[in-house]
Amino acid sequence: MTTLKSSNFRLVGERVPRHDAWAKAKGEQLYSADWALPGMLHGKVLRSKYPAAILRAIDTSRAKALPGVRAVLTAADVPHNRDVTKFGQMRDVGAGFEGLYKVLAEVGGKIRFKGEAIALVAADSEELAERACALIEVDYEPQEGVFDPREAILDNAYLVSSEDASNVIMRTRVEQGDLEQAWEKCHLIVENDYYTSPHEHAYLETESGSGWPDENGGITLRVGTQVLEHYRTIAKVLGLPHTKLRNMSVPMGGGFGGKEDITVETYLALLVKATGKPVKMVWSREESIEAHSKRHPMYLHYKTGVDRDGFILAQEVSIVMDGGGHTYLTPWVQMYATINGSGCYNIANLRCESVSAFTNNTFSSANRGFGVPQVNFCYERQMDCIARRLGISPYELRRKNLLRNGDPLATGFVPLGHVALDQLLQQTWDKLNQTPKPERLPDGRKVGRGIACGMMGYGRLCFLHDISRIGIRIELDGSVTLRAGVPDLGGGQSSVLAQIVAEELGLGIEDVRPLIMDTHMTPLCGTTTATRQLYMSGNACLAAVQPLKERLARKAAAIIRDNQWPQNPATGYIWRPDIEHILGHLVFADKKIYYGPDPGKNVDFVAVVAHVSNEGGELFSEGQFNAPFTEVPDLNNIKGQILPDMTYTCHGVEVAVDEATGDYQVLRIVAAIDCGKAVNRNSVEGQLEGGTAYNLGWLREDLAWEQGITRANSFATYLIPTAADVPDIETIIVESRGGLGPYGAKGVGEPSDNSIAPAIVNAIADATGLEFNTPLIKPETLYLALQNERN
Amino acid sequence: MSKHLIHLTVNGKEHELTVASNELLLNVLRDRLYLTGSKYGCGVGDCGACSILHGDESVLSCLVLAVEADGWDITTVEGLADGDQLNPVQQAFLDNSAVQCGFCVPGMVITSTALLRENDDPSEAEIKDYLRGNYCRCTGYVAMIKSVMDAAAKMRGE
Repeated sequence: MTTLKSSNFRLVGERVPRHDAWAKAKGEQLYSADWALPGMLHGKVLRSKYPAAILRAIDTSRAKALPGVRAVLTAADVPHNRDVTKFGQMRDVGAGFEGLYKVLAEVGGKIRFKGEAIALVAADSEELAERACALIEVDYEPQEGVFDPREAILDNAYLVSSEDASNVIMRTRVEQGDLEQAWEKCHLIVENDYYTSPHEHAYLETESGSGWPDENGGITLRVGTQVLEHYRTIAKVLGLPHTKLRNMSVPMGGGFGGKEDITVETYLALLVKATGKPVKMVWSREESIEAHSKRHPMYLHYKTGVDRDGFILAQEVSIVMDGGGHTYLTPWVQMYATINGSGCYNIANLRCESVSAFTNNTFSSANRGFGVPQVNFCYERQMDCIARRLGISPYELRRKNLLRNGDPLATGFVPLGHVALDQLLQQTWDKLNQTPKPERLPDGRKVGRGIACGMMGYGRLCFLHDISRIGIRIELDGSVTLRAGVPDLGGGQSSVLAQIVAEELGLGIEDVRPLIMDTHMTPLCGTTTATRQLYMSGNACLAAVQPLKERLARKAAAIIRDNQWPQNPATGYIWRPDIEHILGHLVFADKKIYYGPDPGKNVDFVAVVAHVSNEGGELFSEGQFNAPFTEVPDLNNIKGQILPDMTYTCHGVEVAVDEATGDYQVLRIVAAIDCGKAVNRNSVEGQLEGGTAYNLGWLREDLAWEQGITRANSFATYLIPTAADVPDIETIIVESRGGLGPYGAKGVGEPSDNSIAPAIVNAIADATGLEFNTPLIKPETLYLALQNERN
Repeated sequence: MSKHLIHLTVNGKEHELTVASNELLLNVLRDRLYLTGSKYGCGVGDCGACSILHGDESVLSCLVLAVEADGWDITTVEGLADGDQLNPVQQAFLDNSAVQCGFCVPGMVITSTALLRENDDPSEAEIKDYLRGNYCRCTGYVAMIKSVMDAAAKMRGE
């Protein structure tokens, strides 16, 4: 195919306002809870009040007798209440491990966590639905439960599920070299136990949506989700063919992984089917916090050995993960944690072993970073402990050991994309230390500085055989309809696609209208998870636009050749280049198609469109992009390419510690990322700032779990960072052009939140000498530790 | 539940409504007047997504009973722009790409507008303090704070 790409970008790399920003700023964007239909009912979920219990009986008769109550459903009413999950998600989405998924808890079986759904109600008002829930009589036989995964994996542990013989969800491992030999050569071995706390997504929009019966015996939903493809599972639960369960989905008010599993969709579809009426469901904040997934709490052991000069010779990691009450995405998260356990360093001898287990805590699943922030926290704390013991700077220790181009990952695979870690470390360190660190602030607070690096994949696990599809139609006025089943959770997932199409066709972003998120009317782009949309769907955009561009270019070349070369009136054309020459020099820009060497020769984009249309040419195209495909790895020793590529980050932090109160304040943050190519510079900065603040929050956000009860189940008690808690974030955007996405871009959404938490804790250690082995450091934690130190 | 007749002026338009004594202003705006720009985020006044203007003051509509609001002159996010002409805060949010998922944005621009009506030259610290009751989980606030600074400068004619 002729290459038509201009070397100079017009839109790519600019600070482009997103196409949906106007509607959002004006309050016109409609979200899942903003739709209403005539005759609409209100749905509610009755949830377990015990974290561990046997469900003896359910009596719904009193609830059903309440006037205005239109349906009360239990597991017995669900056509297919059970499904087997693979790697925690439905088999329609992925492939691999098996776990059991139940829509509603079954009589005779075990309740696995507080908040598990037991019954569904639809009633004329929300208030009535709530009253009906209160009238459902549930006979529970409370059980002792198990709340610590380290206890759950023991032989005599309480069994969380009534269907499994053990609480173990999965074991896996990655190994390189010869650890035993390497330990003997070590000058220093540092060994630590770590605990990483659960983390709540706390998107501002709780799980919500509506559904209604459509005219052909099908059901249509309007629910924001990170995974449109769940419609297949919802259809299966209801016993409907895939064609009859449609989700006209809508942009989400935040996702961060928490809307990656099914939320309200199945409940709505069941209630719509039972009542034949439209139904709406909005979860309360408390319900959201108690009933959706959390970042996996992990117990980790790290043993790291270095030689006299600080080169890492060996690292051994063991991880026990709390999967909570259900499998969901635990095995996938576990793979991410395990292959990333040894960190972004070149280590010849390593072993990382992990086990995940059921407990009676709220279930764990995807949360921005997908198992990586936990291990990143530990290996970056290890580095600082080693640096202090060796008496060398944390910068120098990292510089010696960082992964560089050509170095293998823990699985032996050499990353395909560019590895910019040394550059990111250097720039972050320099910026952080532009001015000498004061010992104390004028108010007496102690100052500390810390740094940490990070590495996280973008794109899904390669053995999932990921694809994305995009549809483009050029309208007769020269504007473009972009059809993309791309779930937009606020990261600009759809806007960037419009930008790419506009760039390629020489149009403005306002000329491209994205129609998104419909399970049956837009080509499916795959999940908005795994930091994959720009990489996958951006490439699918290029695949879709190329044939159109080629078609338009051929027509434009012919028009320019026939009409725009000087002619001798007597003899006709004196000379003109052949079509292929012109084709090779065409540029799409400013709604025109130019002959590059002589831009005076050009033709309007819309005129070319009219010509192609008149001649019956196709003005539509669908394109597909396939990620690298691999086989499912051997889980006993994971080898090879597990993820398409990695994104690298570095964070530098300055903190001030009030030794009298234990309060600490993050004064400065330097955040660096290699995004490959910033397609929309504002979006890259926005992700980096937002990701940084997200895991800044991890340090103080405490769900206060007690025996399976979430004590901090509201925003009054679960405190996320406010404007007053986030310092100015100095961003460093490196553009190596070394990514696998369009124009060499890499994904940035999840990697952005990596490396900030250990950088802060390293800074606290620098200020106080206290080495914390958990990211959850509340002022009282620090105060008590300082007290201990003094005594 | 007893019913009450109330009068509201919302975005310049007068409404006469019969409301139950336990009905929340947020729900009346969203479910009765179909002004869905104001959002439910927590229901207990912590997140600020339901912020509206009562006169020039930013108020959490999830904490106000509709009967309490009888006679109020209310501006919701839908009433901030003059047609296609965004208010300075909205425009600054666009210019600085302070909008990601956008769910907190209605409340955020309402509260920022209230701040700028109170103080046309706020410091960064004053902005951060004023906005601490409006949660955002996407942006890290950096672009938002810059937006309010920019809007203030523009409103002062700088």
